[in-house]
Amino acid sequence: MNSERLIYLDNNSTTPTDPRVVEAMLPYFHQYHGNAASRNHPFGWIAEDAVDKARQQIADLISVDSREIIFTSGATESDNLALKGVFEMYKRKGNHIVTLTTEHKAVLDSCKKIEKMGGEVTYLEVNSDGLVDLQKLEDAIKENTILVSIMWANNETGVIQPMKEIGEICAKKGVLFMSDATQAVGKIPVDPKSIGIHLMAFTGHKMYGPKGVGALFVNRKSPRVKVTSQIDGGGHERGMRSGTLNVPGIVGLGKAAEIAKKEMAAEADRLSKLRDKLESALYANMEEVYINGNTDHRMPHVTNISFKHVEGEGLMMTFNQNIGVSSGSACTSASLEPSYVLIALGLGDDLAHSSLRFSLGRFTTEEEIDITIKQVTDGVNHMRDLSPIWEMYKDGVDLDSVVWASH
Amino acid sequence: MAYSEKVIEHFKRPKNVGTLDKENKNVGTGLVGAPECGDVMRLQIEVDEQSNIIKDAKFKTFGCGSAIASSSLATEWLKGKSIDEALSIDNMDIVEELALPPVKIHCSVLAEDAIKSAISDYKKKNSIEE
Repeated sequence: MNSERLIYLDNNSTTPTDPRVVEAMLPYFHQYHGNAASRNHPFGWIAEDAVDKARQQIADLISVDSREIIFTSGATESDNLALKGVFEMYKRKGNHIVTLTTEHKAVLDSCKKIEKMGGEVTYLEVNSDGLVDLQKLEDAIKENTILVSIMWANNETGVIQPMKEIGEICAKKGVLFMSDATQAVGKIPVDPKSIGIHLMAFTGHKMYGPKGVGALFVNRKSPRVKVTSQIDGGGHERGMRSGTLNVPGIVGLGKAAEIAKKEMAAEADRLSKLRDKLESALYANMEEVYINGNTDHRMPHVTNISFKHVEGEGLMMTFNQNIGVSSGSACTSASLEPSYVLIALGLGDDLAHSSLRFSLGRFTTEEEIDITIKQVTDGVNHMRDLSPIWEMYKDGVDLDSVVWASH
Repeated sequence: MAYSEKVIEHFKRPKNVGTLDKENKNVGTGLVGAPECGDVMRLQIEVDEQSNIIKDAKFKTFGCGSAIASSSLATEWLKGKSIDEALSIDNMDIVEELALPPVKIHCSVLAEDAIKSAISDYKKKNSIEE
């Protein structure tokens, strides 16, 4: 097909580790290998200093106190710790949690587990643009509600929730506010304190840091929030998360935070221009192209697009020898169910199956976007030539009136 | 998940893509699957009424690479077969030929359904008992 060059537009699933981050981490594998909990020799002191520095770099990025950062293995663990930890710690206050149907599985599956443990969870539906309905949220908070958990930015659509307004509602109702900010931290300004967030999960590998290290912000003052540990053994991280600290990983997360703080604004500006170019070119090149989710409140580097009458996984196959994106069609899963996030936006299953997510990143170039525009356009045209429903649509058949033999 | 070379070949250069005149008495059309399931196959056969041999077969498919490859392969196999022989094509033959993984077996099932449905349509049009 086209160029041999590999083009990565799947940065929402994971980002490449920035070479500057790798460089910062390297000495902590062999040269400075100490355990940060070893308080009685220089090996431990060096490791502890490195962790302290990283904690401060991360705290600076999100404008919190460094003592409010709890290191974990990643956002999934942070989500688990926040939700289950609050549920256990605040049992006497109530057992009800409010969240959204479009949350990440790390939140939804934790909530499912909490329900099994005797908790009550309300899963709020979102509007067709992916945004929470603030009135519905307020109405859902009850006497026994202890926590509202709403993600900052959605991983599939990039839609950013009205965090400030949600924070105000939580404050008014006197409930804790937790946010999975995995997709937002390091990409857009994230300031949990100004919003009234009490717990916030994020991870290294979505912000050009390493995999296997993440953090949970836990508010320390007014109110002092505590979570029951989910991993025990040694009482590390102020008793909230035991386990020997992943020093190289933490150093990497710290460095990634430092770089993000400096470069985020310029990067967001550059990527949003490239994203807009990609989006408008695809829109102009073809008919029946739909952008999913709110486009005014959206991450700068993400677009989720449906190409009607084309199946996403097949479409990806036309260019996936050199371009990596992700699809809302889940033809590989046993369930054959398309993305629950897109379905929650009210997309029909057919449009959800027809969707692709492009997530640009720090290392994306304009030339790569130009190649992508060409290859995706060719791919959609190829797939439409093969598509019986595209032919029916072109012949003016009302597809809704066709009786499909569902299987 | 990596695709087999045969799937990739059928996907990139699908055989017998197109449309036969469904009003033609000798043409049987099978349309199976549903857009909301992520797979729709339309398979058509043109049958020689004297010999009952399938002279031509065409398809169009909305679906993943394995679905497209399964229908492309099916049209290749159909050409030159009698309709009775065509009815004996089993989805597992397609699975084997294309080396489909378990999660893609439904694509072969759909292709078998499409074959049966096209033949049934042809028989109905020509008042042949099934």
